[in-house]
Amino acid sequence: MASLSKTAAIVGVAESDQIGIVPDKSALMLHMEAARNAIADAGLDKDDVDGFFTAGYWNYDVAEYLGINPKYTDSTSVGGSSFVIHVAHAIAAINAGYCEVALITHGQMGRSARAPYGRDPNLPAAQYDSPYGIIGPPVNYAMAASRYMYQYGEERTRQALAEIAVSTRKWAQMNPKAMMRDTMTFDDYHNSRWIARPFHLLDCCLVTDAGAAVVVTSAKRAKTLPKAPVYVLGAAEHHDHSLIHQMVDLTVTPAAVTGPAAMAMAGVTHKDIDLTMIYDSFTYTVLATLESLGFCGPGEGPDFLANQRSAPGGDWPLNTSGGGLSYTHPGMYGIFLIVEAVRQLRGETGERQLKDPKLSLVNGTGGLLSSTGTIILGVD
Amino acid sequence: MADYKLPLPIKQPESDFYWEKAQAHELWLCKCNTCDQAYFYPRSICPKCYSTDVTWIQASGKGTLHAYSIVERGPIPPFRDAVPYVAALIDLAEGPRMPTNLVGVELDDEHIKIGMAVEVTFEDVTDEVTLPKFKPAS
Repeated sequence: MASLSKTAAIVGVAESDQIGIVPDKSALMLHMEAARNAIADAGLDKDDVDGFFTAGYWNYDVAEYLGINPKYTDSTSVGGSSFVIHVAHAIAAINAGYCEVALITHGQMGRSARAPYGRDPNLPAAQYDSPYGIIGPPVNYAMAASRYMYQYGEERTRQALAEIAVSTRKWAQMNPKAMMRDTMTFDDYHNSRWIARPFHLLDCCLVTDAGAAVVVTSAKRAKTLPKAPVYVLGAAEHHDHSLIHQMVDLTVTPAAVTGPAAMAMAGVTHKDIDLTMIYDSFTYTVLATLESLGFCGPGEGPDFLANQRSAPGGDWPLNTSGGGLSYTHPGMYGIFLIVEAVRQLRGETGERQLKDPKLSLVNGTGGLLSSTGTIILGVD
Repeated sequence: MADYKLPLPIKQPESDFYWEKAQAHELWLCKCNTCDQAYFYPRSICPKCYSTDVTWIQASGKGTLHAYSIVERGPIPPFRDAVPYVAALIDLAEGPRMPTNLVGVELDDEHIKIGMAVEVTFEDVTDEVTLPKFKPAS
């Protein structure tokens, strides 16, 4: 099969009109605002959309609300990485001729929803995890982080987690849409209250209300649109467990599969990447992921991250939006990684703009370190 | 027991036996005779090789602590009053890893060490449900 590298491009990205704490909106309103904004950003019309991708809700529930009747639909739903994987599926569908303009949407009232999300009591988690209070991401990811600390040293791991929290906040301070823009010192990090040890509050992502959308089309059509195409050069997906006790190595995520695969498809190596966007549900997610992606070896993350290398002015810019830790995180944050990468590659990010970036690696993680999608984005 | 507020397992056909044995204060695992490996959680078809030659074995109840978290903020309301508690993953002597609570131990890093030997203990949380938990090995 011919490579799909650079056969399609992201041509539109947007958030919902407001993100953060938005109690006067519903989740589907956030989907719709983001869809409208992203389609406008692409210079397209709603009726150009013929492929529809979402996760969290059934596709026809969201598509009906949005007034979209697609001829191609993809409901791949593997947590917060889903939307990155949707990009991979969109380029395949576009090349196969199933659709030409793919719309990917997300919206979630993580903070202010009037009804809670539920999990099916028939699933194994309800029997084997929930009775023990092993519920939700913080407890599960905290156990994984404890294992990393055991294997690679508690103090240097703690320093790495602090480096990530502090550098991410510095980026958020340059993003007007970020929810947390106050200065965070290392002391602030270390002194924040415990949530689930070894996680402090400032190891954990925000819980917000937010929507975002992404429009993908063929490279050929992309060239006819007003903004410079952001080409999809590589893409890969993987999941290897759902529940944390089924994860073979708590320090290695599925990014160990998707990172090398996506980079091989794109024909790039780690040193080519100008901007790294890694799903930061927790500081630890970043530490485990950057090693799994191969930016450094197992247990070397703390040395790799030392001295605020990932902060503004550092030589390894990471999560320049301020990430899930300080910008926004409604529940399935992965689509916001794409929004920021595209804006950086287009030169649209104002005060936090990197100097002429050409390549970005985007890695979404979903579930309990369960799934990843990695895409490599580039501009000419 | 009647006022037990925390979530209870809803048994499924493939796990009735597991929970019945827990009530008898025994820990049982599924074992595939084709790959000669025990696994967790119970399934009637081996998830590794798809063999249906699967039997139940009684676990020794011995294991080591693989990972843990001292939970300081309960993830859902019923657990807000149950903190602090220890979420733990145990590597069982028979091979599989299972989630549980570590109990009968001081809740600090001096007393809880990854790699420490642990053994099963049973908590009758209601008249119908017993949860296998783990404590430091005697």
